[in-house]
Amino acid sequence: MWRILVHRVAIAVPTLVLVSMIVFGLQKMLPGDPVLALAGEDQDPHVIATLRHQYRLDRPLPVQYALWVRDLMHGDLGKSLRTGVPVSALIAKKLPVTLQLATLAMTIAVAIGITAGILAAANRGRALDHAANVLALSGMSIPNFWLGILLILVVSVHWHWLPSSGYVPPTEDLWLSVKTMIMPAFVLGAALGAQLMRHTRSAMLSVLHADYVRTARAKGLLRTTVIVKHAFRNALIPIVTVLALLFGELLAGAVLTEQVFTIPGFGKLIVDAVFNRDYAVVQGVVLVTAVSYIAVNLFADIVYVLLNPKLRHR
Amino acid sequence: MATVPVAASASPSPSASEAPPRRRRRAFAKFARNRAALAGAAIVLIVIAVAALAPWLSPFDPVQADFLHVRSAPDGTHWFGTDELGRDIVSRMIWGARASLLAGVISVAVAVAIGLPLGLCAGYFGGLIDIVVSRVADALLSIPFLILAIALAAFLGQSLTNAMIAIGISAMPRFVRLARGQAIAVKSEEYVEGARAIGLDDARIVLRYILPNVLPPIIVQASLTIATAIIAEASLSFLGLGQLPPAPSWGSMLNTAKDFAGEAPWMSIFPGAAIFLTVLGFNLLGDGLRDALDPREH
Repeated sequence: MWRILVHRVAIAVPTLVLVSMIVFGLQKMLPGDPVLALAGEDQDPHVIATLRHQYRLDRPLPVQYALWVRDLMHGDLGKSLRTGVPVSALIAKKLPVTLQLATLAMTIAVAIGITAGILAAANRGRALDHAANVLALSGMSIPNFWLGILLILVVSVHWHWLPSSGYVPPTEDLWLSVKTMIMPAFVLGAALGAQLMRHTRSAMLSVLHADYVRTARAKGLLRTTVIVKHAFRNALIPIVTVLALLFGELLAGAVLTEQVFTIPGFGKLIVDAVFNRDYAVVQGVVLVTAVSYIAVNLFADIVYVLLNPKLRHR
Repeated sequence: MATVPVAASASPSPSASEAPPRRRRRAFAKFARNRAALAGAAIVLIVIAVAALAPWLSPFDPVQADFLHVRSAPDGTHWFGTDELGRDIVSRMIWGARASLLAGVISVAVAVAIGLPLGLCAGYFGGLIDIVVSRVADALLSIPFLILAIALAAFLGQSLTNAMIAIGISAMPRFVRLARGQAIAVKSEEYVEGARAIGLDDARIVLRYILPNVLPPIIVQASLTIATAIIAEASLSFLGLGQLPPAPSWGSMLNTAKDFAGEAPWMSIFPGAAIFLTVLGFNLLGDGLRDALDPREH
């Protein structure tokens, strides 16, 4: 087991290094000389040289990268070019909002996806299975920002049930916070739930034909007990990996959902940064997203090993 | 040990040349029986036809403003109504189909053009090439598709072309992984060892024996990725990072429509439905192709 875990960590390290190189490389893709853009009207060679030195652009590329990584190690993601606020502080302020949205969305996705997946697999070939498949395919095909607009139209504009936009922190008013978050969380969770349903169905179908499930049935156990206790517990192992892989889509989907519902989170931060040409913020958000994705998947790998007795006892 | 590959070397060409047509016929028959896949293919063909015939099908100029008919509800003249500048929504949707399809197809072409050769080389040659290519693919995969596309579009600049390049680069690692995995599986087959034993060079082995076996899953993945790419383009345009105004695209139409959701719901309902149906079409087609071409995966 330890060998597998060490191997997983060993793979994550070079991936992290390469991610940092990609994110560092992003700023080098900018057309033109960034210093000339910063200097603006003032093209004084002395000012340009000072700016070049200040942003370390007078150093060789590997040195620039090494210094950038050194800063990262100290939690320094640079400063917003627009406001001068440290990028890490901006991210720390916005991240809890997105995490609240993501947690609620994942809860909805798991509740819908896993339940529908189990029901579809248990009723393979029947109307319920077909209905679940059609819903899953529709959920995967619907752009979440369009679903958001449609829900705003129906639920907020016509029925006046829920607010159409905005954000209230749970510490301020828990009920209002849930009311403002429930619709965006559903929008974000729907597509994930659809994918989760397909994976759960497929994982359940593969274990429902296993010998131990047949034995459990032959012993005369209740159908529900066989499905939940024997089949689902084993199907859960691959589902953990799928959940971790969906984490990336969750973060990406949050960008659009936050835009539709005007939620001041992590996703809105990157979009606003793009329009303000605040490249340090864009880089910071991409880096934090990738590192969290790698961390979540590493964690899922460890859980996978711990959940799977075949790997645990190796 | 060498006898088996050499013995097999007499047959690689015939077996490799006889099997594919039979397999293709069987796959086609299976695809033709799948009603959902046929529906998907029909939707895709309709969208392609609409995009190709846009100049003839479009009833109005898609960028011509008409301030006398701003945000008009659907009627006999403007079937899907007009937008905030009085432009006909049907015409904009017809021309927008071009942007969506082009984005889907070109970005996937970019992804396959880079990902397939890299994956084939990594899988076939192994060693250092495999390590480097796989790690870079892993690193790119760890940055979520849309976030990477947003970042690339931000740094490359806002335009449909850059959005396509960004989506293509973001989708590329999927093809690297797929091609690599298939190449590893196929390279130990007897007919490949046979081809090596009769002295064929690596390039010819890869092109003649590995590539044809790698293509079916790549085609399946490509059709499914076109669906993802269409949503990605619509998402980028929705965020203002794709098609630039006044040129129409379904995503950018939704971008402006969201501000008028209450007063002019038709502005958002129809372009969104177009994205949904097109993506559904490609997903159904992709699922059908997977069932027909790659039953093991299903």
